[in-house]
Order: sequence, then structure tokens, then C-alpha cells
Amino acid sequence: MSEAVLQTQPILQGNRLALSRLLTQVENDTAEGRSALAELFPHTGRAHLIGVTGAPGTGKSSLVNQLTLHYRKEQKSKVAIIAVDPSSPFTGGAVLGDRVRMRDLSGDDGVFIRSMASRGSVGGLAQKTAAFVQVFDAAGYDIIIIETVGAGQSEVDIARLAHTTLVVEAPGLGDDIQAIKAGILEIADVLVINKADRPGVENTERALRSTLELAHPTRRVIHHHGRMMTLEPPPAETALWIPPILKTIATERTGIPELAEAIARHKSHLYQSGDWSARDRARLRSELDAVLQEALMNRFLNGSHREAYEQALEKVIRREWSPYEAVRGLLNGG
Amino acid sequence: MTEKKIRVLVAKPGLDGHDRGAKVVARALRDAGMEVIYTGLRQTPEMIAEAALQEDVDVVGLSILSGAHMALAPRILELLKANGQENVKVFIGGIIPDDDMPKLKEIGITGIYGPGASTDDIIRDIREAVTS
Ligand code: B12
Ligand SMILES: Nc1nc2c(ncn2[C@@H]2O[C@H](COP(=O)(O)OP(=O)(O)O)[C@@H](O)[C@H]2O)c(=O)[nH]1
Ligand SMILES: [Mg+2]
Repeated sequence: MSEAVLQTQPILQGNRLALSRLLTQVENDTAEGRSALAELFPHTGRAHLIGVTGAPGTGKSSLVNQLTLHYRKEQKSKVAIIAVDPSSPFTGGAVLGDRVRMRDLSGDDGVFIRSMASRGSVGGLAQKTAAFVQVFDAAGYDIIIIETVGAGQSEVDIARLAHTTLVVEAPGLGDDIQAIKAGILEIADVLVINKADRPGVENTERALRSTLELAHPTRRVIHHHGRMMTLEPPPAETALWIPPILKTIATERTGIPELAEAIARHKSHLYQSGDWSARDRARLRSELDAVLQEALMNRFLNGSHREAYEQALEKVIRREWSPYEAVRGLLNGG
Repeated sequence: MTEKKIRVLVAKPGLDGHDRGAKVVARALRDAGMEVIYTGLRQTPEMIAEAALQEDVDVVGLSILSGAHMALAPRILELLKANGQENVKVFIGGIIPDDDMPKLKEIGITGIYGPGASTDDIIRDIREAVTS
């Protein structure tokens, strides 16, 4: 491998091969990748980050394809797509198949699709997905769409990374209560019922609405003891965003402009409420925390303090130190 | 530092709908620890070269059972080169008559495999080509 420092200038100027090669360096966490990331960092902070999550087969990739076509046609925005698929826990290999649904996007220099294997990380993203976002952001992509693994349970990482998170559901995919857990709804900024051509859309919509009501109390009129009563929602500091529910048929391009509009409304809401910078802050904080954690662990597990760590561990095993005392000793020791 | 993964694009160029072989090979490479980007059917040479660029792959694997390999393979090599990816190794599988093999090797195809080829051989050859 060459020792040469990666040039970031071509990336800022839109060289796609340089961009692609940097992504590989970043993914493999090389020294070149790290220094290029540091150089690019001041150029980040402009892109709108859109997360797309939901169970496998709900139509996430097909929706990303349609949304991107829409953005290219209506706004001429440059769009980057990061599509994450799971790595096999046994062999570390992966088949990344999201591109199959995105063939309409080929031949357009304003679109860049990169597939990513999760490489053992849980939570729906790969460890380096946030770093990929920084590279695309610096390279001048206006919109960065991140498609998660969609394993279902722990998809909170995407909500931390993205400005706007789409949760995609589809009729007939076990949508009764089980799949539509409050947890996934809490991360949704926009709810999409895709495959609206399929039977059972009404059931899915009803289930979504009732779960949504629990998570986001709104003003409701109810019948109570034969009288009309109005329930007021709890007072809020800022205007509340209630996730809208949109119906789409990604294979027929139905509902796509409406979906893009809902995403745009969410973006203006973020700006008006001040949530845009709050989310930015929260995201960068969690990135900083992750890097700090990794660096600290590395210092003791692989780095200069390995021996001190082993000695502390021995003391803990002999019950001379508690783990707390061990950590205090290690940190004070340098 | 994370170990470098071998990334392979498996593509079906042309109008050929035989996709069993491509899928068998994709899965075998995954089971050998590689990251396989599968493009699906009916890819033009331009689409394949573009995907290879965006995915920064080490290897492009073409599955062609239609007989169109002598038209498709040179074009794909040419486009890879034009994009600055002349180092990418290109492998072909499918129905390739013996007569065409030397010509394909000559223009720069690294490995050629026909019906019944062993996936272990394919894996070994890809590893060898990438690390050499
Ligand atoms: C199954 C089959 C079909 C199925 C395909 C199902 C599918 N979804 O794949 C169906 C019935 C649909 C079909 C249709 C046709 N078929 Co057909 N089909 C076959 C058959 C019998 C087996 C192919 C197969 O799946 N083999 C199993 C897989 C695992 O093997 P494989 O693809 O060869 O892959 C191995 C290697 O080649 C290699 N490999 C393959 N890809 C790759 C990629 C990489 C990167 C690497 C490293 C290696 C590699 O490794 C694999 C593992 O060993 C072959 C005959 C044969 N013996 O090959 C004819 C054959 C390919 N078909 C043929 C024809 C003509 C057709 C039709 C045009 C028939 C017609 N007139 O309608 C249609 C066209 C369909 C289309 N749209 O393209 C001809 C092609 C003739 C030619 N090229 O000169 C063949 C050779 C039969 C013949 N002897 O005439 N077919
Ligand atoms: N009937 C129907 N099928 C769809 C729709 N959207 C996607 N699909 C199909 O659903 C399957 C899975 O789609 P994909 O986008 O790969 O889903 P993902 O796994 O969530 O990314 C594919 O066969 C698509 O063609 C839709 O709106 N209606
Ligand atoms: Mg997908």
C-alpha cells in the first residue's frame, strides 16, 4: 500500500474516482483516510441527511430510487446514496443488492451510489457510515440518503445521524402491533406506507395511527358519556412535529412528489424550530463520543498502556482492586 | 486497522436472463468473506463501469450465457480504463466457446469459467489476482 497522502482537492472539485477511493480508505480506517477526513471536515455541514429505515422488503431501495429521480428532476440537487446491508456474522462476507432497484439512476453524474456492508456493527448502520456522510457532504452533495439494514429492532442509530428519518412500512408484513412498535415510531419523522397497491393498507394505516396517537398526543374530540369533549394536547415549548403518514407505490411512482414535499416540510420545521442545529450538535457529539471511546480503548488495549492495563486486570482478578479503582488508577497513571 | 476486504461487482451485461450462475458465484464469494455488489440483470457496459467506479471494487465479475461476450467484454474493459480503473481485474463466467478464450485473455480478462466450474477455484483465483 502506498504511503502517499491522499489529495483532497480533486474530491472537492468533483473527481468521482478520487471520491470513491477515499471512501475505501475511510471504510478501512487507514491513516490516509483519517487525514483526508480531517482536511475535508471544515467543508461539511451543508447537506440534508435523509435516513430510510424499515423491515427488509418494504421497498426502501425502490423508494430511494424514486425519491432521487424526483430530486434530480425537480431541484437538480446532487444526491449521494449510502446503502447499508448486513455482513454475514460467520464469514464476514456480504451480498449487497440495493443497486438492483436503483438502475434508473445510472448515467447521471449528479448521483453517487455506494453500497456498504455493516461489518459487524449492530444498529442498522456500519461503523463508518457517519464518516461516509462527511465525505459526501464535503464533496458537495446536497442530499445524502442513507438506507439502513432494516433489521427491525435497534435502528436508533439512523435517527441520531439523519436530519429526517423515514420509516417505511408495507401492508401484510406482520404489521399488527408487533412490527409497528412504539420504538421505531419514536424515530420516525415521516411514516411511509409503501406498496399501497397491496391489500391491507387500511389496516396498516389504522395500526400506525393508533400507535402514533400514543407517542404524540394531539387535540382530539371524543364522545364521553354522551357529550362531546375536547381533549387538549399537553402544552409544548416549540411547535410540535407530528409525523405525517404517506402512502406510496414505489414501483409505479405514486405518491413520490407528496413524500418529497413532506420531507421538505420537515426540513423547514427543523430550521424554524431550531432543531436543525440541535440535531447537528447531538450528532457531532455522538460522533465525538464514539471516537473518544475508541481511542481510549485502543490506548489501553493496543497502545502504549497495554502493560498497565494487563497489570490492572490482574489486580482486579485477585480482588485487590475493584474495576472502578482499576480505571481510576489507569487514567491517573497517564 | 480493519483488514482490507475484497470487493467484487457481479454483473449480468446484455439482455441475457440466465442469472443462476451469477447468484451461485455471488453467494460463494460472500461465503469466502468477500463483499459482493450485485447489480442484477440487463446491465449496459456503461452501467457496469459506473458501478465499478462508485463501489471502488477490486474485481468485476461478468456472467454471460448469451454468446455476446466478444462484444461486451472489450467494451467494459475499455470503459474501466477510461475511468482510471485499469487495475480492476475482470473475470467472466458462462457459456464461452474454447476458441474465444485466448482472445479474451489477450485483451486482458483475468479468468474465464464455464458450466460446472468449481467455486473454490474461482475464489482461489480471485484472491490470487487481487493480492498479486
Ligand atoms: C437453466 C437454463 C435456462 C433457464 C434460466 C433460468 C435462470 N433464471 O437462470 C431458462 C429456462 C429461463 C433459460 C432460457 C433460455 N436459454 Co438457457 N439454459 C439454461 C441451462 C440449461 C443451464 C444454465 C444454468 O443455470 N446453469 C447453472 C449455473 C450455476 O451454471 P452457470 O451459469 O454456467 O455458472 C457457472 C459457470 O459458468 C461460472 N460462472 C457463471 N457466471 C459467472 C460469473 C463470474 C463472475 C464467474 C467468476 C463465474 C461465473 O460459474 C458457475 C458455477 O459453476 C443452459 C445450458 C448449460 N448447460 O449451461 C442453457 C443455455 C445457457 N440456454 C440457452 C438458450 C439459447 C436459452 C434461450 C435463448 C432459449 C430460448 N430460445 O428461449 C432462453 C433465453 C433466456 C433469456 N432471457 O436470456 C443456451 C445458450 C446458447 C449460447 N449462448 O450460445 C444454453 C447454453 C443451452 C444450449 N446448449 O443451447 N435457460
Ligand atoms: N407491489 C409493490 N411492490 C413493490 C413496491 N415497492 C417495492 N416493491 C417490490 O418489493 C421488493 C423489495 O423492494 P426493495 O426496494 O428491494 O425493498 P428493501 O428491501 O426495503 O430495500 C421488490 O421486488 C420491489 O420491486 C410497491 O410499491 N408495490
Ligand atoms: Mg434495500
